[in-house]
Amino acid sequence: MDTRLEKKKLSLRERYHLMTRGLGWEPTYQPADKVFPFTTYEGIKIHDWDKFEDPFRLTMDAYWKYQGEKEKKLYAVIDAFAQNNGFLNISDARYLNAIKIFIQGVTPLEYYAHRGFAFAGRHFRGEGLRVACQMQSLDELRHTQTEIHAISPYNRFFNGFHHPRHWFDRMWYLSVPKSFFEDANTGGPFEFLTAISFSFEYVLTNLLFLPFMSGAAYNGDLSTVTFGFSAQSDESRHMTLGIECIKFMLEQDEANVPIVQHWIDKWFWRGYRVLTLVGMMMDYMLPKRVMSWREAWEIYGEQNGGALFNDLARYGIREPAGFRDAIDGKDHISHQAWLTFYTYNPLAAFHTWVPTDAELDWLSAKYPESFDKYYRPRLLYLREQEKAGKPVANKNLPLLCNVCQIPMFFTEPGNPRMICYRESVYEGERYHFCSDHCKAIFDHEPEKYVQSWLPVQQILQGNCFKPGTDPTAPGFDPVAAVLDYYELNVGRDNFWYEGSEDQRNFAAWRAAAQNN
Amino acid sequence: MSDVFIALQDTDEARPIIEAILADNPKARLTHSPAMVKIDVPQRLVIRRRSIEEITGLPFDLQRIHVSLISLSGHIEEDDDEFVLSWKR
Repeated sequence: MDTRLEKKKLSLRERYHLMTRGLGWEPTYQPADKVFPFTTYEGIKIHDWDKFEDPFRLTMDAYWKYQGEKEKKLYAVIDAFAQNNGFLNISDARYLNAIKIFIQGVTPLEYYAHRGFAFAGRHFRGEGLRVACQMQSLDELRHTQTEIHAISPYNRFFNGFHHPRHWFDRMWYLSVPKSFFEDANTGGPFEFLTAISFSFEYVLTNLLFLPFMSGAAYNGDLSTVTFGFSAQSDESRHMTLGIECIKFMLEQDEANVPIVQHWIDKWFWRGYRVLTLVGMMMDYMLPKRVMSWREAWEIYGEQNGGALFNDLARYGIREPAGFRDAIDGKDHISHQAWLTFYTYNPLAAFHTWVPTDAELDWLSAKYPESFDKYYRPRLLYLREQEKAGKPVANKNLPLLCNVCQIPMFFTEPGNPRMICYRESVYEGERYHFCSDHCKAIFDHEPEKYVQSWLPVQQILQGNCFKPGTDPTAPGFDPVAAVLDYYELNVGRDNFWYEGSEDQRNFAAWRAAAQNN
Repeated sequence: MSDVFIALQDTDEARPIIEAILADNPKARLTHSPAMVKIDVPQRLVIRRRSIEEITGLPFDLQRIHVSLISLSGHIEEDDDEFVLSWKR
């Protein structure tokens, strides 16, 4: 009788090589540089595409298996959440304003990332890199869908969730994340990878997802925490692609080092500026707080980023040019952003408020150097005005930075009493910037950034009114016309939390949930 | 000397992985946050398949950690038996 031999299982390494490297071929109908037209113009020199290897060695079959499991878990929770009136169990309806910013400003970026990685996966040579980009492209589409599904139960009960896709292309503050990602997607494939995989995913994304996810759990938001988990489990793979592609470029040719360094300088700063919104969410918008923006920045920005750039020093890479100024900003940016949004909330699709006394004390303890000195007095003044029935609203359009598109509220490094202004003149026109680093980005590629779609300029040029609006009509109210163009439910989506429909409804439903 | 870290979900499925990391990395420091744990180790962190299997008594494919993983730092090396994070290759 024959002894049946157990078939020898392939090792992870062998499986990966068979299931990626065997997938490519040399084109014969057309020359390779016509099939892959974007791999050389950025100046990055690649001598051996096969040197890129995914250290997770994830193959497509394993990918589908684990992704399928993650989806089943997630949708079971989303169903349970909706069936059990999960929206009643969050800490406070103020919390949901952070989720409004998320669905308005972050979810559309997931979709942009899906498109960006599909493009990169198509245009790179080297099967290892192409497969990794393909998986990430699918992940990002999954994140878009799961975030919409997980957050949609709130749309049945609360304001500010009903029109995110429309707002993303129009609303002034959403041009910050939108222009960030469009800048990346219109770069070449190598710049895109440095921008999104490395600078955003590897260096900065922990600041968004770790405290955010933990914060959602702490505030009883089962639905969001579960998509957060599910998305985040993909992020480690994305982060790995980020560091591997940087090493790949740096190891392939010494001439790549200065190009990559420039991209790291640029994209670290672009990402850091976008995260101002996250700092504000962490410090002001979570009724139960996990950690302050400053603490998160110290752990994930300074310690972790510091370790990374020490390690990359062997390739001749130094820390990003804006790193020191970012450290200087940790005591200030979340407060400066919240004060700005507080006064601009007639024009925003979420609510703002003055923190409670206990929350002000928490901020004092977390920001001993800056909060009592610069920010508490201003918040107390806003509270007084609100109580007196004269809440401070700003209907003047702010000056925007031409690169990050954030209103010019950031202060000079080392001097929090002085607004930071920079400017450049290009072809006779003057352009304004919030910092040396945004100015440097413009000065390097002015032809790109003179095309920025700046919401304030667009409003002033009359491009943000609905067709048929007549700005010369007597009594014309330009702000009302812009809000109409945004399709904002005035009085429900915007203004202060105090006295809002969200606040009233949540209090009434909570009371009803505890009694018959 | 820089730390590397791994962050995992605080779930039943991740528990034996967390236990195995703490056993195999004597310098590991564990931090709990709502719904997650973060483990920091100076320079190098190893996850061994055998250690997880000894805890659960079941065969374990190291790629299953993808289901529980939240974030990590350092360079990654993975084969069938070990998953390693480190600075400096």
